[in-house]
Amino acid sequence: MLDYVWLVPLFPAVGFIINGLIGKRIDRRLVGWIGCSAIGLSFFFSILLFFELIQLPPASRHHEFEIFEWVVSGDFRTVIGYQVDPLSILMALVVSGVSFFIHIYSIGYMHGDPGYPRYFTYLNLFVFMMLNLVLANNFLLMFVGWEGVGLCSYLLIGFWFERDSASNAGKKAFVVNRVGDFGFLLGIFLIFTNLGTLDFTEVFHKAPSLDVTLATTIAILLFIGAAGKSAQLPLYVWLPDAMEGPTPVSSLIHAATMVTAGVYMIARCNVLYSMAPIALTIVAVIGVATAIYAASIGLTQNDIKRVLAYSTISQLGYMFLGVGVGAYGAGMFHLMTHAFFKGLLFLGAGSVMHAMSGELDMRKMGGLRRKIPITFWTFVPATLAIAGIPGFSGFFSKDEILWQAYSSSHGHFLLWAVGVIAAGMTSFYMFRLLFMTFFGQCRAPEEVKKHIHESPKVMTVPLGVLSVLSIIGGYVGIPHIFGGGFNKIGEFLAPVVGGHGEVAKGHAVFSFEKVAHAAEGGGATATAHGLQSASMEMILMAISVIVALIGILMAYVFYIKRPNLPGIVAEKGKTLYTVLINKYFVDEIYEFCFVDSLKSLGIALWKGFDDLVIDGAVNGVGHLTVGLSGVLRKIQTGFVQSYAFFMIIGGVIVVGYYMIRAIFY
Amino acid sequence: MDHLLSTIIFLPIVGVLVLLFINKENHSAIRVVAFVFSLVEFILSLPLFFLFNNATHEMQFQEVVPWIESYGITYHLGIDGISLLLVLLTTFLTVLCILSSWSAITVRVKEYMISFLFLETGMVGALVALDLVLFYVFWEVMLIPMYLLIGIWGDPKRRIYAAMKFFIYTMAGSVLMLVAILALYFFNLKATGIHTFGVLELYKTVIPVGTQYWLFAAFAVAFAIKVPMFPFHTWLPDAHTEAPTAGSVILAGVLLKMGTYGFIRFAMPLFPNAAMVFLPLICILAIIGIIYGAMVSMMQADLKRLVAFSSVSHLGYVMLGMFALNMQGVEGSVYQMLNHGVSTGSLFLLVGMIYERRHTRMISDFGGLSKVMPVFAVIFMIVTLSSIGLPGTNGFVGEFLILLGVFRSKIVYGVMAATGVILGAAYMLWMFQRVMFGEIKNPENMKLKDLNMREIATMVPLVLLIFVMGIYPKLFFTKMDVSVDHFLKGFKAKYEMKGEAPTPRLTSILTVESVRERVSPSSGTN
Repeated sequence: MLDYVWLVPLFPAVGFIINGLIGKRIDRRLVGWIGCSAIGLSFFFSILLFFELIQLPPASRHHEFEIFEWVVSGDFRTVIGYQVDPLSILMALVVSGVSFFIHIYSIGYMHGDPGYPRYFTYLNLFVFMMLNLVLANNFLLMFVGWEGVGLCSYLLIGFWFERDSASNAGKKAFVVNRVGDFGFLLGIFLIFTNLGTLDFTEVFHKAPSLDVTLATTIAILLFIGAAGKSAQLPLYVWLPDAMEGPTPVSSLIHAATMVTAGVYMIARCNVLYSMAPIALTIVAVIGVATAIYAASIGLTQNDIKRVLAYSTISQLGYMFLGVGVGAYGAGMFHLMTHAFFKGLLFLGAGSVMHAMSGELDMRKMGGLRRKIPITFWTFVPATLAIAGIPGFSGFFSKDEILWQAYSSSHGHFLLWAVGVIAAGMTSFYMFRLLFMTFFGQCRAPEEVKKHIHESPKVMTVPLGVLSVLSIIGGYVGIPHIFGGGFNKIGEFLAPVVGGHGEVAKGHAVFSFEKVAHAAEGGGATATAHGLQSASMEMILMAISVIVALIGILMAYVFYIKRPNLPGIVAEKGKTLYTVLINKYFVDEIYEFCFVDSLKSLGIALWKGFDDLVIDGAVNGVGHLTVGLSGVLRKIQTGFVQSYAFFMIIGGVIVVGYYMIRAIFY
Repeated sequence: MDHLLSTIIFLPIVGVLVLLFINKENHSAIRVVAFVFSLVEFILSLPLFFLFNNATHEMQFQEVVPWIESYGITYHLGIDGISLLLVLLTTFLTVLCILSSWSAITVRVKEYMISFLFLETGMVGALVALDLVLFYVFWEVMLIPMYLLIGIWGDPKRRIYAAMKFFIYTMAGSVLMLVAILALYFFNLKATGIHTFGVLELYKTVIPVGTQYWLFAAFAVAFAIKVPMFPFHTWLPDAHTEAPTAGSVILAGVLLKMGTYGFIRFAMPLFPNAAMVFLPLICILAIIGIIYGAMVSMMQADLKRLVAFSSVSHLGYVMLGMFALNMQGVEGSVYQMLNHGVSTGSLFLLVGMIYERRHTRMISDFGGLSKVMPVFAVIFMIVTLSSIGLPGTNGFVGEFLILLGVFRSKIVYGVMAATGVILGAAYMLWMFQRVMFGEIKNPENMKLKDLNMREIATMVPLVLLIFVMGIYPKLFFTKMDVSVDHFLKGFKAKYEMKGEAPTPRLTSILTVESVRERVSPSSGTN
């Protein structure tokens, strides 16, 4: 059965080809049906594979299947081949599962759009590429998926290509991602030149032979790729603009799946990262910095999708914080829960837009909870989950990351502290969003108000499914302190991300006793340490919950109790507010530093160097030749005497030359 | 089958003879005849691919007929895996070129088709010739029809300037090469006493390092102009811009490859020690070409000039990969020659298609074409992605292997060249956006017709090839594996021979020799 792993990416590919070739000529319902059932089948086979896999003992949960040789040149050989192991199957489940519901939602959301067949074509292609990314058994095929999802992201961001803002955003996403891919590519080269293979199994098997500098370099280069794809500092700039795409696309690609590829990649390469503590620290620091940076921007944005976009960047930062302290499993856990609740938040925002005739500005919303109750009641659990309220999925995964950030041997108090502050900001801006959208008075124009309506079933059912997942999704990773041994996801992933190398030995992910070892020094017994760090974990957890509640309370005061307060605060801290609402002016700075200067340089090279210097020289030689021949023409006088004269002179020179040569040599 | 290569070379000439008997007003008959001949030519070249023996590095389909015996000039043909693929590219692209000229060329159709078929003879001949004189003859045969194509059917505004520039640039290089060919002949004669221009024999001749410098330099300049390498590239944008569509396609698709092919067939294996000395220079020029070409391309307002400068960038990769001198680099380089032929050829065809409709190539005159030309948009997108080197398309395989090979041989070069990957995406996507996306602002674009069946038929083979070459490259790599390996081994063996070889007594030969004596002390260092 595991040999049939290729079926998982095959169905989306078939859907892509059918809809791409004849989508325009067939009935619309059929297009949607093909698109959804392709993903549904893919999801179904992922589930089968999953159950097949867990039949096996944990140590042998690894299966590879080669389809054909791809690029072979000299000693270089890569294949198109897939592998099934806990990590890849978890990703495949998340990707195909969430995609499936978002595809269904899209039937409703996109139903009036003239580009309907094109939309499903791109979306299926995306899932195909994403599945290649996560199921690949080697770096090069992973890179294919990596660039492939980038392409789909480009196409879908610019889906409404008549809008300049959309096509600009698509291009920006592609080019910024290419900057990251540049790092990824160099990392691949370095792996091959030193290990002679790109196959995951072989690379990670041979990796311990690398020296630390090399491993660190490779890890950092790969992280550049991850930072591009997962929108981390300083390459995050494309993601907020990516909101130009249709909302289900933002949900699927720019929240639930594609942007998490970087986290997956680091988890996949955990062997390399664990060998390179400096690289890990860089990942953790960039992660936590991104988390707080993006959260701070999210505080002031008024566009509902932009708030969610910055929130995504911030949450991705958490995942990198997790993998950056060596807690790969915790990062993957948050990746999964985030896929549920953030996917849902975007779909909910889409449903709001649907109701509000496409309005995105939260200042023109308000009071929607009665008008679109299903959307509201599915939105709430997602908000609670992202805010980290106990009992909801985000709480478990975020708390796991924060605890590891504090307690792991790669962790640090500051990482934890910044993470907690960012968590407070998160709950503030999310509840701000909730209050501005669903509570208070409706601030929409009368014209819009009249049309406010709940979305059709095809959209609300996926909302319901995801909201259930947003609640229960966390219970696969219950912290040890609430009753031991229930960290199913940690155990499941352990064969891939735990138990390797020194780092994992120190504080293996999710395993309580080992954490205790790492957190404390030697001396007392493990049990004592366990108790001590258990109480510590309790305290830290309580702090982060309190901070989250403070965030909610502040949002309540600001946006429900005293709605004039935000204006006053903005007025008081004008400078800070201006900086935040303009997103630290980073777009403007980048535009000036990279885009404009590159363009000027291009012009200078073209007009200055190509036309003036090179062509100047070329044409100059031409003119010189014409001029010279003008002179030479005068020699051709037609007088035989002068010809004879030049002949004699010539003869003298030639003979003279040979005489001199003969004498001196 | 014994004379398959000769047949392929001269079939177009037969086509020319047939065309001579057709009334020049009868345009459709002329087009059909030319098309049929090019198609038969392509079909005839297919057996080369299928009968080719992958396992041997020997030249295959060889034909040897003495030509001018007293000087050892022979009519010697033969192909290895490298020239095999390039010959196929040539015959394939020619069919599409003639198809694409159907409605684009309306004046002097007969002369046009005759020039094109002549050109094909020249190109195929140059690729299969294994005798330097024969090669030189075909090399020059290519030059004249191309000159005519630009000068007569080009854009009236600057076609004469462009044609002259193309001709003089190339000619300047050719003359240097001719001198070097003669010098090589005389040198070999002195050293071995054998009259020969045969490449395979000359490969064996050990040439002192000092002499190699001059001979290599002469060959290299000729080929570098053709490639074109920075800073010899300025003829290219003019020639491309002014040439008719099919002229640009064949110029980019095949003629530029003559330069790179020249390096791999002649300049490098004949003079490996010199090639090693010049290697840093060539690599740096190639890298400059990659980045410079991309930057200048980005700012072009004219679509054809943009594509022309992108060629400078792409050919930079080809040169760089070749001089990586390892399997991945050289195979990637050969593959990239084919890729560039396919994707840049396609780009020129596509630009030609909208030029035929709108009679402008200015990017600013377009915008929003996706709306009115959806089929065109899809094909254009695929070709653009292939040019960017997106995985799954042909461009990726070539670019990746080149960069990998370069990275292995010198990390710094690899890193610098890889920045071209970012720039490539930037200028191509920006161009695509300005032409295809946005609202239609120019009312003339409102009623543009999408591609017709003939145009789709022209593009479909190219699009298929883009995917086949990207997804299953093995089909082509198996053909060249042994040849490239042999090239590398031969290069290395000859490179190492330089010390052991007895230096032939040279008394009064060539000035290059006296120069050698002055240079040779310093050559001991390499």
